[in-house]
Amino acid sequence: MKSEDPRVNRLDLPANEDGKEILEEVENWETYEVFHQKKRGEQHIHVGIVHAANPDMAIVLAKETFGRRRQTANLWVVKSSQVYATDYEDEDIFETVPGKTYREASDYYCMDRIRKYQQEHGIEDRKEQRRKEKDKKK
Amino acid sequence: MNYSQQQITALKDLLYKIADDQLIIGHRNSEWTGLGPLLEEDIAFSSIAQDKLGQSLHLYEILHQLGEKDPDTIAFTRNVDKFKCCHFVEYPIGEYDFSLMRNFLFNHAEAARFSMLSGSSFEPLQNLAKKYRGEIKYHVMHADTWIKQLSRATEESCIRMQKALNECFNLALGIFEESDYVNLLHEMKIFEGENALKDKWLENISPVIKEASLNLPENKTRKPAFGGRKGHHTEHLQPLLDEMSVVFRLDPKAEW
Repeated sequence: MKSEDPRVNRLDLPANEDGKEILEEVENWETYEVFHQKKRGEQHIHVGIVHAANPDMAIVLAKETFGRRRQTANLWVVKSSQVYATDYEDEDIFETVPGKTYREASDYYCMDRIRKYQQEHGIEDRKEQRRKEKDKKK
Repeated sequence: MNYSQQQITALKDLLYKIADDQLIIGHRNSEWTGLGPLLEEDIAFSSIAQDKLGQSLHLYEILHQLGEKDPDTIAFTRNVDKFKCCHFVEYPIGEYDFSLMRNFLFNHAEAARFSMLSGSSFEPLQNLAKKYRGEIKYHVMHADTWIKQLSRATEESCIRMQKALNECFNLALGIFEESDYVNLLHEMKIFEGENALKDKWLENISPVIKEASLNLPENKTRKPAFGGRKGHHTEHLQPLLDEMSVVFRLDPKAEW
């Protein structure tokens, strides 16, 4: 069994019958999920994982792995084992039953009605206004 | 800037020491690129090495403005006895315990040095110290994290980190070899001097060493590895310079 990491392969570890146990010992540092925030006030967005022996090290390694090539205000790291997730086997819970598309945002057509109301009441569309102002500047 | 000839000599001496330390440790640490113990650490350690080269370039530029040759010529063509780095940075990378311990002891010295220089009367040094504050803070964070982790992980790692500290300590003391110009630089309010720097360094590393359950070598066993600041180097520096300048020497006039 080969590792994904060339460093581990170079170690030339004595293999068990399937080589598995030894690899697991070497590779079983925990992983941490890394969340990146570009500016203060913006949301943190998941960008990947790092291997680390403790949370401090996860932060130190995440800084160079994910923070060095982009603007960064803040990083979060969370132990992967502490993330609770839905099961892919249960993916069907997200399916919408046919005939219930009214539950989806895309099913709501209302712009034509809003425009009609605006015209009737002499209200200018703010988006239209902004577009006109932009054109004037050009 | 209205400095006398002697004052300029003193200033250049100081700048060369700082820059050469950074250039040489930067080159040494870059030898780990592609061989680091895990991918994320490989990236971090290489990036730190690259930061050191960048900082040394900035210092060579200041030297150039003071009348020295251009940065590439200074870095790649000087004779070994013209280098003013300490022996500590010249040593081969050894095993990762040695490299991490060296990085820890060196980065703390550098952080203390730059913190002192942020109050220097020589404005380019003051600006430099401010510019790299964030970089150096990160280098120290990285070093502290590894030292604390490995010194308390397994029996083998504790023994190896203590051994690395014992090996590194006298070499690290070589960073603080006193300059011939110490009084002059102090008078000019450019740099407070190596002894003040050493005290600050000991003050800063001690809590980390304690938290890591390591022991600093006793006073009586301390024998600083001096000589580097005066141009006397170990046998390890020349081969490093040869390797570092091989591409440059192929065509010194090439534009990059």
